[in-house]
Amino acid sequence: MEAVTQAPAVESELDPAATWRDPKRYAWLMGLIVPLSPFLSWGLVDATGLGALWFFGPILVFVLFPVVDIVRGLDSSNPPDSVIKWLEQDRYYRWCTYVFIPIQYAGLVFACWLWADGGLSVAESIGLLMTVSIVSGVSINTAHELGHKRASLERWLSKIALAQSGYGHFFIEHNRGHHVRVATPEDPASARLGESFWAFLPRTIAGSLRSAWGLERTRLGRMGRSPWSIHNDILNAWAMTVVLFAALVAVFGWVVLPYLLAQAVLGFSLLEVVNYLEHYGLLRQKREDGRYERCRPEHSWNSNNIASNVLLYHLQRHSDHHANPTRRYQALRHVDEAPQLPTGYAGMILVAWVPPLWRRVMDHRLLEHYGGDLARANVHPRARGKVASRYGAAAS
Amino acid sequence: VSAWRCPGCGYVYDEEAGHPREGFPPGTPWSEVPDEWHCPDCGIYDKVDFEAAQ
Repeated sequence: MEAVTQAPAVESELDPAATWRDPKRYAWLMGLIVPLSPFLSWGLVDATGLGALWFFGPILVFVLFPVVDIVRGLDSSNPPDSVIKWLEQDRYYRWCTYVFIPIQYAGLVFACWLWADGGLSVAESIGLLMTVSIVSGVSINTAHELGHKRASLERWLSKIALAQSGYGHFFIEHNRGHHVRVATPEDPASARLGESFWAFLPRTIAGSLRSAWGLERTRLGRMGRSPWSIHNDILNAWAMTVVLFAALVAVFGWVVLPYLLAQAVLGFSLLEVVNYLEHYGLLRQKREDGRYERCRPEHSWNSNNIASNVLLYHLQRHSDHHANPTRRYQALRHVDEAPQLPTGYAGMILVAWVPPLWRRVMDHRLLEHYGGDLARANVHPRARGKVASRYGAAAS
Repeated sequence: VSAWRCPGCGYVYDEEAGHPREGFPPGTPWSEVPDEWHCPDCGIYDKVDFEAAQ
């Protein structure tokens, strides 16, 4: 979307609250079910005696949410343009995201206590690890929402939220790397046609890290500083992770360290599978002056499935997010021109893990989006031959 | 002109204030900001897309 004109606020404007009510206003509190899940799994195991319920986190995100997405269907309603500004200024919505963070860390401490002294079997400890990993991954989404905001408090909270997953470089690379190069072959976080999730995962982890480091090196270089300094936001964000893990090991013993490391890796891998599906195969064309065309709604996969949208703070309204990255989640809009995923992100994650299934579900949608023209898609160079032989005949 | 605005998100680069975090101390003229510098708030627009704010 090109420049969106912003109407100047007129003081005499009627209070939009008098004429419009946000149907999702209280639904956003549902997002807190994820950071609460270590406590909920403990409570459910206690109440039912079923040890399998230590896996409550994955059950919630990979079973319950996809089912609700399918059963409850789509919600493409948008707040009217006239209330967007007012909606963004309502502080209630930001508190929904702030509150996530203390619950997230209370859950992590609780889990460490359970791993160390809770008398759990190995299988139960692994179940709890999976639940904590879900929190870890989804907390990157909360950090994403906060990291895009101008207020330094929110950027700081974003860094705090990322400490659990050790992915502190994300808010550098995402805002100044991914948003700049989205849907181009240069972006490590934009997946390509013919690239499986398992090929994308190491490419995006390494590429995002390299890019984040380069961005900080350039920024600090302008100040005449070395990148090896505490002013480097990657290093000081990682330092938070080191302090956090060290404190938890000091309190609960070495037994928690393998769990802490595993939940971090599983957590950021969950973020990366979401990255995988957000821009799969989509490509911005190069203009005559050699620059890429502006990111438009057609360069992100969207979904209006309500459960995933509530879980991920409207992340699935991804086209509007890329058009207006600082816009707050409650004000993000459905865009008609955006390509739509067949279901919500929660369900699509499961599909992405199985590459043949992913190709079957997604490749024809991508080709239809480009009218069968492979040249308009972001094709993985290594898979070019395979993609051409598979879809070349259909492409004319 | 001493201030330039991002046409997307409305961020304003004011020469007087500079942007110290980005490595442009107060008083850094717009001409010294590199062309490939992106809007620090939205990342969508480059320096060359910015418009005079005054």
